[in-house]
Amino acid sequence: MAETLEYAPKTRLSQAGADRYIVEKEIETEYMTLNMGPQHPATHGVLRVELVTDGEVVVKATPYMGYLHRCFEKHAEALDYQQVIPYTDRMDYLSAMCTEHAYVMAIEKLLNIEVPRRIEFMRVIVVELQRIASHQVAIATYGLDIGAFTPFLHIMRDREHILTLLEWLCGARMLYNYIWVGGVSHNFPPKFKQRVAEFVKYYRPKVDEMMALLTENKLFIERTRGVGVLPADVAINYGCSGPMLRGSGVKWDLRKNDPYSIYPELEFDAVVPDGKLSIIGDSLSRHLVRCYEIYESLKIIEQCIDKMPEDPNFDPHAAVPKRIKPPAGEVYARGENPRGEVGFYVISDGKGTKPFRCKARSGCFVNLSVLPELAKGNLISDVVAILGSVDIVLGEVDR
Amino acid sequence: MPKLSPEAIHAIVKEEFGSDAISDLDNSRTMPNFTVLDHSLWQPIAYFLRTDERLKFDYLACLSGVDYNDGTLGVVYNLESLAAHQHKIAVKLKCTKENNRVPSVAEIWRTAEWHEREAYDLIGIVFEGNPDLRRILCPEDWEGHPLRKDYKVQEYYHGIKVPY
Repeated sequence: MAETLEYAPKTRLSQAGADRYIVEKEIETEYMTLNMGPQHPATHGVLRVELVTDGEVVVKATPYMGYLHRCFEKHAEALDYQQVIPYTDRMDYLSAMCTEHAYVMAIEKLLNIEVPRRIEFMRVIVVELQRIASHQVAIATYGLDIGAFTPFLHIMRDREHILTLLEWLCGARMLYNYIWVGGVSHNFPPKFKQRVAEFVKYYRPKVDEMMALLTENKLFIERTRGVGVLPADVAINYGCSGPMLRGSGVKWDLRKNDPYSIYPELEFDAVVPDGKLSIIGDSLSRHLVRCYEIYESLKIIEQCIDKMPEDPNFDPHAAVPKRIKPPAGEVYARGENPRGEVGFYVISDGKGTKPFRCKARSGCFVNLSVLPELAKGNLISDVVAILGSVDIVLGEVDR
Repeated sequence: MPKLSPEAIHAIVKEEFGSDAISDLDNSRTMPNFTVLDHSLWQPIAYFLRTDERLKFDYLACLSGVDYNDGTLGVVYNLESLAAHQHKIAVKLKCTKENNRVPSVAEIWRTAEWHEREAYDLIGIVFEGNPDLRRILCPEDWEGHPLRKDYKVQEYYHGIKVPY
C-alpha cells in the first residue's frame, strides 16, 4: 500500500528529513550501506562516499578522501620558494593560474615587494581567462552528471580557445608555471591582446547559447531546483567560500571584500542568485552563480585590455628577485579561486631559501566538508546532483 | 559596527579574560596575531570571539598545525568576521610534543572538524572534543605524522616498499 506521506514522525523516513517521498508503509526497513566511488564518474575523481541508505533515501553520508594525497606541504619544505610554484599548479589542475597567483602573493607579501603595474594586469587577464575555463568545466561536467550531454560538447569547443591562448602565451595547456614571484615567465606575445579581445567578443553570445541550452532547460531546472539547500549561516559556519557561499546568498567575493592586485580599480559584481529561477542555496543557485560569473570575468578582461599600460620593451623578469630569502615572519595570503578561497599560510625562518612551513588552505576541501549535511535526507540520485554542484577537484582536496 | 584594528580586538579579549589568558599582540605587518596561553580557556575565548557583538568572528578561514622544530607544536587559527565587520585576526595555540593535546573548536566553527583531522593526521596534534578524530588524508594504518620535522618514512607499507 503506497501513499504520500505529509509528515509521519514514527517512520524512519521522516526522521531522515524526507517527508515528500512515497514510501510503502508497514514494511520493515533496514539500513543499507552503499559505496559511491572511488571509481565513479560522478565523483569527479577518486573520492569515496559511504552512503547509509534507507531505501532510496540517504541517512548518512561520509566522504573518504586521500587517494590522491602526495603531501604537497612536505614537498614544499624541501624546495626553494620559486620551485614550489609548479606544485601549486597540480593542486587544482583546472585553475592552475589562480592557485599560482595566491601562492605568489603570499611570498610577495613576505618579501614586501611591489610588482610592476603591467604585470598585475597581465596576471588578472590570465587568471580571469582561467576562471572562465574552470567554470566551463564545472558547468559542462555538471550537465554531464545529470544527463545533459550536448552542452558538454559545446562548452568544450569554447574552452579550447582559452587553452590555445594560454598555450601560445607560455607553452602549457593546463599546468603553466606562468606567474612568478615579482613577475611572470613570458611577456604577452604581439597581438595577444587583440586575440583575447576577439575571444571575448566571440564568446559572449556563446554564453547566452549555453544558458539557453542548459540553464533554461526545464529538465535541468526540475532536476536541480530545491535540491541540497544550504542556508547562509550553515555555509559560513562550515567555512564555505566561492560560488558555494555566494549560491547561499552571501555577497562575499575576496576580489571585492579583501581586494588584491588591481581588482579595486575594476568594475564588476559579486554574483548572488536573485531567487527568481532558483531557491536560494540550492544546487541550481550554485550553478547560476558560475554561469553569471563568466559574464563578470569577461567584463574584467575587457577592462584590463583597455587599461593595461603599453610598453614595447617590457621585461617581465625585471622585478623577479634572483634569490628569494624572506625575513623571518609568517603570512596568510589568499585569492578568490573558481572553487572558493585558496589561501597559503607560509612561515619563513629567515635563514634559508626554503619555506619553513607552507600550508595550503583549499577551497574544495572545506566545501566538501559540508556534503554530509547536504546529502542527508535526499535521494541517492540527488547526491550526484549535489556533489556536482559543489564542484570539487580531488587534486586540491587531497593535495 | 565599525571594522576593528588588531589592537582593539586584542584589548577586548584581554579585558574579558584577563592578561594571564592571552599573550601580548604580535602586530606584524603580514599577520597580526596573539597566543592563547591558558589552554583551558581556549574554548570560552573561541566562543566569545564568535558571539560577541563587537567581534563576531563567524568564519574560520584557515587552521594550520605547525611543528616549530624546538619541541613545540602549534595551531594557528585565521579568523575573519565575514557577515558583520570584515576584520581579521590570527590566534595561536602552542603545546609540547610530549603533551600534544589541545581543545577542539569543532563545535564552535564546524569547518574546524576537518581541519583538525588534517592537523592530527599530518602533525599529530590531538584535538580533545573533536567528534570524529580520524586520519583524513593518509591511510588509517599509516605510521607517524608526515609533517613533523623529525619524520622518518616507514620502510614497508603492506609489503610495498615506501621510500623511492
